[in-house]
Amino acid sequence: MPRVKVPRKSTAVDMTAMCDVAFLLLTFFILTATARQPDPLEITTPSSTVQFKVPDKDIAIVSIGKGKVFLEIVGQDVKKLTLQKMGSLYNVPFTEEEAKRFSVVSSFGVPFGNLKKFLAMNGQEREKSGIQAGIPNDSTVNNELFEWIKQARFATAELHGVDMRISIKGNANEEYPAIRKVVDLLQKQKINKFSLITSAEAGGSN
Amino acid sequence: MAELDTSGGGKNKGGKVRSKKQSTKVDLTAMVDLAFLLITFFMLTTSLSKPSAMDIAKPDKDPKDENKLELRQSQTMTILLGKNDRIAWYMGEAGKSAPTIEGFNDIQSSLLKNKQEVKAKTGKDIIVIIKPTDASTYKNFVDIMDELSITKTNINAPAIDDDPNHLLDSEKEFMKSKGIL
Repeated sequence: MPRVKVPRKSTAVDMTAMCDVAFLLLTFFILTATARQPDPLEITTPSSTVQFKVPDKDIAIVSIGKGKVFLEIVGQDVKKLTLQKMGSLYNVPFTEEEAKRFSVVSSFGVPFGNLKKFLAMNGQEREKSGIQAGIPNDSTVNNELFEWIKQARFATAELHGVDMRISIKGNANEEYPAIRKVVDLLQKQKINKFSLITSAEAGGSN
Repeated sequence: MAELDTSGGGKNKGGKVRSKKQSTKVDLTAMVDLAFLLITFFMLTTSLSKPSAMDIAKPDKDPKDENKLELRQSQTMTILLGKNDRIAWYMGEAGKSAPTIEGFNDIQSSLLKNKQEVKAKTGKDIIVIIKPTDASTYKNFVDIMDELSITKTNINAPAIDDDPNHLLDSEKEFMKSKGIL
């Protein structure tokens, strides 16, 4: 009996189309990606149904978590000017190099006295050294957070001619008094309107 | 498909020398592998959902400001945020009516009910006063503000009174007796 010959077919598949699609998607994701900087303070924000998105300029974000307060001023030019203003307020001159380093720091939480040391460190050292103990905001005499926000507002108004928005990004489990301390401090500057940063809620409300 | 014709054109003079036909197909498997790896990486690292911002307005705290508004007790609902995600609320004046203790799941219906009742009784909109106590968490505060905007009870901006000195004795006593302060 003659054997039936099964024609051998190549298993190679044409990958050109797949490759095209893959690179198209890749290009899209690369272009839309905004590098997410690691937050020095771990915060899980509570969720809400609010639709309004956080603007990405002329804003300062006060992060509150584990009793520590961190501040993030958005915009490199604003950050630089704020540092200079803070420097002249506390009589600590900053070099151009330090101002440059400060302008790329995202969120920081060091007492003003340690700021020079903090700026001289690289990212890893900053994380390890535990220098980021939060911005002091307790006493009325040495309320650095108050000054930081005030100077940042001045800087924003000077550079962009708009009012700086202030947002509070609190950890969901943070006890209310910690939040109240920051809110009181804002109200002392006559900021009666601010926003709370929340994450989008997955289904309905509960 | 894009393929080049590599059968050497004019070389076969005399028909003897023939260059071998070579395929120009390149194995794309590795390239596709790499592309998908990168796609996965960028997909996972991009933050697609931007956080949202909830606007809060608080009454001015200037002690010199004498312009204080008295609230009608028939119109007001006071919400106290307590420990363990519990809420106590009452209508009207403190101490006159027993507060109701609820969780965050039921507050929405209570808000809607009270809003309707006030509207039917007085013809005016409800005024909500929120008092977050020291025992409450930040999440409670955000949740209650969210509930207010969902139920649209905040036609008049809700009054947030977080001064611990403003917590009335009767309110404190009640919350303590129920174990939520």
